Amino acid sequence: MLIPCPHCGIRPVEEFTFLGDAKPQRPQSNDPATMDQWFDYVYLRDNPRGLFDEYVHHSGGCRSWMVVTRNTETHEIKACVPARDYKKKQS
Amino acid sequence: MKYSAFSIFTNALSGHKNWQPAWRNPDPKPAYDIIIVGGGGHGLATAYYLAKEFELKNIAVLEKGWLGSGNIGRNTTIIRSNYMLPGNNPFYELSMKLWEGLEQDFNFNAMVSQRGVLNLYHTDPQRDAFARRGNAMRIDGVDAELLDRDAVREMYPHFDYDNARFPIRGGLLQRRGGTVRHDAVAWGYARGSDMRGVDIIQNCEVKSIRTEQGRVVGVETSRGFIVCKKLGLAAAGHSSEVAAMAGIKLPIESHVLQAFVSEGLKPFIDGVVTFGAGHFYVSQSDKGGLVFGGDLDGYNSYARRGNLPMVEHVVEAGVAMIPALSRIRLLRSWGGVMDMSMDGSPIIDKTSVQGIYLNAGWCYGGFKATPASGFCFAHLIAKDEPQHTATAYRLDRFRRGYMLDEKGQGATPNLH
Repeated sequence: MLIPCPHCGIRPVEEFTFLGDAKPQRPQSNDPATMDQWFDYVYLRDNPRGLFDEYVHHSGGCRSWMVVTRNTETHEIKACVPARDYKKKQS
Repeated sequence: MKYSAFSIFTNALSGHKNWQPAWRNPDPKPAYDIIIVGGGGHGLATAYYLAKEFELKNIAVLEKGWLGSGNIGRNTTIIRSNYMLPGNNPFYELSMKLWEGLEQDFNFNAMVSQRGVLNLYHTDPQRDAFARRGNAMRIDGVDAELLDRDAVREMYPHFDYDNARFPIRGGLLQRRGGTVRHDAVAWGYARGSDMRGVDIIQNCEVKSIRTEQGRVVGVETSRGFIVCKKLGLAAAGHSSEVAAMAGIKLPIESHVLQAFVSEGLKPFIDGVVTFGAGHFYVSQSDKGGLVFGGDLDGYNSYARRGNLPMVEHVVEAGVAMIPALSRIRLLRSWGGVMDMSMDGSPIIDKTSVQGIYLNAGWCYGGFKATPASGFCFAHLIAKDEPQHTATAYRLDRFRRGYMLDEKGQGATPNLH
């Protein structure tokens, strides 16, 4: 797997660390009434077979966080954007 | 057909041309009392115990591909019951006891070989952790021996004991652990369930699950709609997809795990050995190939194949443990899809939909659990209550905060 880092160009997968699903959003509130949202955020996953957005850290390179859109069935990589840009688009 | 010394003798007289298939290949009936989704180890074992122990009839196993085409045919065949947590170890010990009587039980040679599982330790803290785990095992009546360096050296003189980074200081040995011929487990359970009337329907993919008023009524498959009263899901790496058909979101991610086998060698490694610090474990098959593996690749995947960096990592760890490995050749490598749960432990439970039961989240430890998983899942489906060793494997434990986290990693599936 080769990942096109927006800062470093195309780099091999062993330079990267995978955090996982970028879709779950951290709830805003600490109110116990939001327990279900927290449970969903911490534990439940869509786990799609197909396109998947994931947080990836370029730990062996520029050390920046990005979001990679990858097909979990073929490992084909569609996009790699800085995590900040992804988050802006998400919210 | 019953297998016996006599049947081998009579079939030999006719040139072994009259052996019958070990199971039928039936078309699906319009309705069953119980349908199991997934014709792998756990699904077939469930059907077997439903028919044999709980004497239920009118059962079908639906398999998308061919029988045993998933992780039951892709694992590294190790059995052990060296867990630590109270919710886990009695269950895995039940599994070990079932392995010990399995071949007599289903009259099929599964080559159960209790050659010992040895976990190596490299540091004092690791020895302390292993001593603790060994003690926890003995409390549950499981055998465990803490070996020092000399005792390990006597068993395996060709390891690198003075490795600069990971010197071998000793190990935790479970002598009753070992290996089993994995495909034969699927075949034995398939044959045993088929003999008791279970329909094993291959090439039959479940496309959707139909529910009415919160209750399951049947499944839409690639071979038509089939009515059922109870539905057991045992789809391993594809559990999330199957559960989503019933509107259930699971605390599971699918990851790829790779495994490897070398060219055939003369006897080289007697038992199963794990390298405590270096993500590597190895045993030798009866054919002579070294069967080994390591950790997950680390990213979500349904691809059933991994990437080269993990191949390199596993082989490096192997060579650090056994320098002689550098001179053997790799025969092949493969990958499987693991249903990694959020705490590294499995789920055997009812679901929010009445009549749907879930067996999932086996991470990469599903093979050793096959008999107990089948037995406990059958118990749950038949009696609507959990078997007493499997009460901790509830689906709602994540919401309630009763995690069963052997490794203490938290909700990070790629690290369990």
